[in-house]
Amino acid sequence: MTVTVERRVTGKQTHAGHPRRPRDSYALFLLPGVLAFLAVIIVPFLMNTGVSFTDWQGVGSPEWSGLANYRELLDDSEFWASFRHSLFMVVAMAAVPTAVGLVLAAALFDYVGKHFGSKTVAVLRACFYLPQVLPIAVAGIVWSWILAPDSGSLNELLKAIGLSSWQQDWLGDPDIALYSVMGVMVWVQLGFPLVIFMAGLQRVDPQLYEAAELDGAGWWRRFWHITLPQIRPEIYVVLTWCTIAALKVFGAVYVLTKGGPGGATNVPSYFSFTTFFEKTQVGYGAAISTVLTVIILLLSLIGLKLQTRAEEREGS
Amino acid sequence: MTGALRRYPVLIALCIAALFMIVPFLIVTLNAFKSPAEYSQNGPLSLPDGLYLDGLKDFWERVDYTQKLVNSLLISGGVAVFAVILSILNAYAIGIGRIKGRTWVLAFFVLANMLPQEALVYPIYYLSKEAGLYDTRLSVIIVFTVIQAAFGTYLLSSVLGQFPREIIEAARIDGANKWQILWRIVVPVSRPTIGVLLVFFFIWTWNEFLLPLVMLISNDNQTVSVALGVLQGQRLMDATMTNAAALLGVLPALVFFLVFQRTLTRGIAVGAVK
Repeated sequence: MTVTVERRVTGKQTHAGHPRRPRDSYALFLLPGVLAFLAVIIVPFLMNTGVSFTDWQGVGSPEWSGLANYRELLDDSEFWASFRHSLFMVVAMAAVPTAVGLVLAAALFDYVGKHFGSKTVAVLRACFYLPQVLPIAVAGIVWSWILAPDSGSLNELLKAIGLSSWQQDWLGDPDIALYSVMGVMVWVQLGFPLVIFMAGLQRVDPQLYEAAELDGAGWWRRFWHITLPQIRPEIYVVLTWCTIAALKVFGAVYVLTKGGPGGATNVPSYFSFTTFFEKTQVGYGAAISTVLTVIILLLSLIGLKLQTRAEEREGS
Repeated sequence: MTGALRRYPVLIALCIAALFMIVPFLIVTLNAFKSPAEYSQNGPLSLPDGLYLDGLKDFWERVDYTQKLVNSLLISGGVAVFAVILSILNAYAIGIGRIKGRTWVLAFFVLANMLPQEALVYPIYYLSKEAGLYDTRLSVIIVFTVIQAAFGTYLLSSVLGQFPREIIEAARIDGANKWQILWRIVVPVSRPTIGVLLVFFFIWTWNEFLLPLVMLISNDNQTVSVALGVLQGQRLMDATMTNAAALLGVLPALVFFLVFQRTLTRGIAVGAVK
C-alpha cells in the first residue's frame, strides 16, 4: 500500500509545492500503521471471509465447500430469528434513544437551560449519560439482578405498590425476555444521542428561537421547525452509529440471557460466537459474521452518504 | 410569571426521568452493604441496617479483584498510549503530509474501524495461538491498539488537516526535519485532541467484552469486565455477591466519569460530528 502511494507521489513531484522537500517521504510515517492494520484487521478479515467458504472445525485443514454454508444459512431458522431480533435491537438502541434523546435534549436546552441555569442542565445530563460509561458486562449484572424472578427489585417494587399480578420472570419467559433486553438497552444507550444533540443545539442561532417565539410558535412547533432541521447532521450520525452498535450487540446478551430462553434473545453476534467457540463450526460461524459485516458496511456507507448530504445542504 | 410556573412540570418530569436512570446505581449500592440474612429478610428495597462489608470483601478475595484491576489498567493504559502514538503517525502523513491518495488511505482506516469484531475474532484467536500470544495481555493490547487507532486516525487527520501551515513552514525554514516538527510542534499544539483520544481509548478498552472474553481465559489475565461477565454468565453468585460484584464494577467507571466528565461530554460530540 505504502509503496504505491510513494510511487504515485514521486511521479507527480513537479506539481508539489516544495520541490526541495518532496512530500512523498511522509508516507514513511504511515508504514507502522499500515503494517499493523494488515496484521490485525485486514489479514484476519480476509481469513474469516475465506473460511466462510469452507467446512472447518478449527483443527486440521479447512475443506473447500463453496457456498454451502451460505445455502445452509438461508434455511436456518435460528439465523433468521437472530436477525429478526437484531431489528428489535435497532428499535431499542437506535430508534427509541434517538427520538427520546431529541425531546430530552431540546427540553433540557430550551426550558431548563434558559430558566434554571446551566448547572441544573449539567447535573441532569450527567444522570442520563452515566450508563454510557459503564462496562456493558457490569450493566448486565446490575439488570439481571433487578429483573430476577425471585426477590428481584422490579418484582419486589411491583409487589410493594400493589401490582403483584404484573410480576414476571422478565428474562426467563420466552415471550417477554426480548422486550426486557430491549428495555435495558434503551437505558444503556439513551445518554449518547442526548449528549450529541445537546452539543449540536449549541450551534443553533438563538435568534431563530426568539423570532419564532415572538411569532407565537409553541414549543412543539419550534421543536419541529427549528430544532429538528438544524441538527439533522447529528441525527444521521447518531442513527448510523447506534444502528451499527445495535447490530453488534453482544455483551448484554451474553450476560443477561445467553441468547435464551430457547433462543428468544439470540442475536447474530452471539450466534456467531457460539457457533465458533461452542459448536466449533468455524466455517459456518464465519459465514454468519460475514453476512453481518456486509450489512454493517452497507449501512455505514448509507449513513455516511446521508450525513455528507445533510452537511452539504447545511453549508449551502 | 405564569410562563415560569408552566416550566416547573417540565423540570419535574425531567428530574423523574433522570432519577429513573440512576435508580439502578442507587439500589445496587444499597444492597452491596447488606448481609445475606438481611437481604433475604427485607428484600432489595429496604435500607440497610448497618454497613456490612464482608460481602464486598469476600467477593474481592474470591475473584482476586486487585489483579483484575491491574490487568484492566495495564491493558487500557497501554492501548491508550500506543493507539494515540499510532494515530498521530498516521494522521501526520494524512493530515499534514497530505500524501497522494490520502482519501483512499483514510477510507481504508475508517472501513477497518467499522468492521465488526465478530468478523475478526476467530482468525485473531487462531493466529494468536499460532504466534504463542494467546491468553496474554499483550495480545489484547496489540489488537485494541490497532482497532482504536482506526478511529484516532480518522479524527486526528481531520484536525491536523486544518493545522496552520505557517507554523510548519516557519519551523522548516529554521531547519527542523519532519520528525522534529511532528514531536516539537504538531503534537504539543494538538494536545487537547490527543487528550480526548487518550481518555476515550482508555475507557473504550476498559469496557470491551467480546475480544477479551475470547482471548483472556486464565484468571491471572482477565480484565474487570470479563471476570464479572463470566461469573454472571455462569450464575454462580447469590444476590449479595452479585451486588458486591456490580458495585465493584460500577466504581471504576464512576471514578472515570467524575474525573473525565468534561472531556467525555465535550469530546464525544467532537468525535462523532467531525
